[in-house]
Amino acid sequence: MGGYSYDELGAIFAMQGFAGISLFSVLLLMALGLAIIFGQMGVINMAHGEFMAAGAYTTYLISSLTETYIPAFMPYYFVFSIVAAFLVAGILGYLAEFVLIRHLYKRPLDTLLATWGLSLIMQQSYRSIFGAREVSPTLPDWLMGAYPATDMIDIPINGMFVLGLTIFTTLAVFYLMFKSSWGLRVRATTQNRLMAGAVGINTKKVDRYTFALGCGIAGMAGAAFTTIASTGPTTGTLYIVDTFMVVVFGGAASLFGTIASAFSIAQAQSILEFFISGSMAKVFTLLTLVIILMFKPEGLFASKVRR
Amino acid sequence: MSDKSDNQRSWGRRKVVRALGALPLGIILASQLSWAAPATTTGQAVTDDTVTVGILHSLTGTMAISETGAQEAEKLAIKQINESGGILGRQIKIIQEDGASDWPTFAEKSRKLLVNDKVAAVFGCWTSASRKAALPVFEKENGLLYYPTFYEGLEQSKNVIYTGQEATQQILDGLNWVAKEKGAKTFYLIGSDYIWPRTSMKIARKHIENVLGGKVVGEEYKPLGDTQFGSVINKIRLKKPDVIYAAVVGGSNVAWFKQLKAAGITSKKQTLLTISVTEDEVLGIGGENLEGFYSIMKYFQSQDNPNNVAFVKAFKEMWGEDSVIGDVTQAAYLGPWLWKAAVEKAGTFDVDAVVKASEEGDIELTTAPEGYVKLHPNHHLWSKARVGMWKKDGQAEVVYTSELIEPDPFPEGYQ
Repeated sequence: MGGYSYDELGAIFAMQGFAGISLFSVLLLMALGLAIIFGQMGVINMAHGEFMAAGAYTTYLISSLTETYIPAFMPYYFVFSIVAAFLVAGILGYLAEFVLIRHLYKRPLDTLLATWGLSLIMQQSYRSIFGAREVSPTLPDWLMGAYPATDMIDIPINGMFVLGLTIFTTLAVFYLMFKSSWGLRVRATTQNRLMAGAVGINTKKVDRYTFALGCGIAGMAGAAFTTIASTGPTTGTLYIVDTFMVVVFGGAASLFGTIASAFSIAQAQSILEFFISGSMAKVFTLLTLVIILMFKPEGLFASKVRR
Repeated sequence: MSDKSDNQRSWGRRKVVRALGALPLGIILASQLSWAAPATTTGQAVTDDTVTVGILHSLTGTMAISETGAQEAEKLAIKQINESGGILGRQIKIIQEDGASDWPTFAEKSRKLLVNDKVAAVFGCWTSASRKAALPVFEKENGLLYYPTFYEGLEQSKNVIYTGQEATQQILDGLNWVAKEKGAKTFYLIGSDYIWPRTSMKIARKHIENVLGGKVVGEEYKPLGDTQFGSVINKIRLKKPDVIYAAVVGGSNVAWFKQLKAAGITSKKQTLLTISVTEDEVLGIGGENLEGFYSIMKYFQSQDNPNNVAFVKAFKEMWGEDSVIGDVTQAAYLGPWLWKAAVEKAGTFDVDAVVKASEEGDIELTTAPEGYVKLHPNHHLWSKARVGMWKKDGQAEVVYTSELIEPDPFPEGYQ
């Protein structure tokens, strides 16, 4: 890196670190919901991306309603819309589980097909309701722009926001799964469904709420991503591959694994991308993943999954 | 394009055509009777009072975002032609097929339109990939395709009329402008990773290095659909180029501009010229994220001329007040009109005759929303390049208009 001053290199180093962390928070937020559904329930939810899109469209709807009816509320609506996105996607997930998924728990490959079908149905519904064009909610000013930390370092505010939301969600999920009695029931069902049923846990109810929670978190992720990208009927398909990559690489049933995997993929990707082109960086990242998975097929952190 | 002037124009031309063969018929036609002369149809779907054409765009899938506007414009043009008396006394009927953003589907639907429906012309395709997939079918079945998108050039088929601009009509003039107006010497090229951006950047690099004497300080391609630009933005920040020259498409485009703004790179600090943002894209990106950046196109919705004012009004009446019109939408609108002019000149719907009429270099549209266009014998349009500066409301202010540029799909020294 000849020809650059130490100041410049320092600034780039700092911002590059931030680019990695911000990619990490995006990947983790995407993957959390799936990690719960895939990891805890063993359901391969191909419609995960569409639940994210549901959250994003909710945000868009609330944004345009707010703009039309209560413009004074514009600076604050975004926080509210994240909650709404969680609820909408969660309720959709609850219904999907009730109508579709619960009939297929014993046939995991069929859930893959069924949820894929569900994703197509959801995509076409978005297209019919919102049109084929991509939309973006009007974001409050405080969310956009950069915070100039020094002359050369600008910290993107939307990146900070996503990071904050990711930390909050992760902590909340950990509390739910490992400290609450509901989490205890989920883990019991994961480890041994029959025994859990025998000691009086309503395993069907546990399934339904777990699925709804996973979808709700997907919806939140979708709402948060409206700050960095736009929303279209097929937005979900952009995210689904990365999401599965993070969850599978981390080890299906381990939340710690998901975090570790999101972190390593994000750092590898963003550091490589600085030195070689974007496409090649992706190739190398995926190649490394494949090699690691060949030696550790269960992922980074393997633990017991419901068989 | 007002209905009134159109009427006059088409009737005028029709009279001339008829006068060559049968003067009395011309008089009858001019008196607006719905009567049609027998035309050579070689098995095409042409009856005494109708002619059938195909529209082939993606109504579903990722490309639906972009292609929606194109097919809306084509339908508007056809509606207006029908209202002004049709072509050779025949009303145009439309068979619409969905390419579904899937390239083999484009080939399959083209075959269906040409072989089963025997349409006289097809208006369609958007991406280069879909055109390349459909091309062999059009050449084998001797169909006629009007292709609306600005593209990388390096192609000229007997069976295709290209109503968008090819690479040199867009790229070179834009670079000249930015070098002259902004004194740009160093350029950072960034695009999505597929044929159009890569070919465009290749041409841009040659022009920058060989003609402008400037320097390319970085060239970067991101996978289609990628939404993370943090590292690229850092690289750009380190290289401090005079101009960022961008051809990022689709969902990535939105992420790219939102993240540029979030990183504090705005038009106040940085000149950015893009060849991939039209009014359609701005809907998704948001005017506030683009404010002050430049696009080089041949058409902007804000163009202030009578043709365009009438076109925008008619388009909004048909497709809703909120609709926006991008460069390709306008180019798609030209397709049916160019076809009409060629058919009337040839006096028949026969593809060979229509192509021959189109190749004589005298098919022109004075009523095009973009202004005046003329069809070159190489199947592309003479058109002007325009630089637009984006404003907060999602419209562009045209800050530069070139002379009419001759289309050159195979530019020497740029390959």
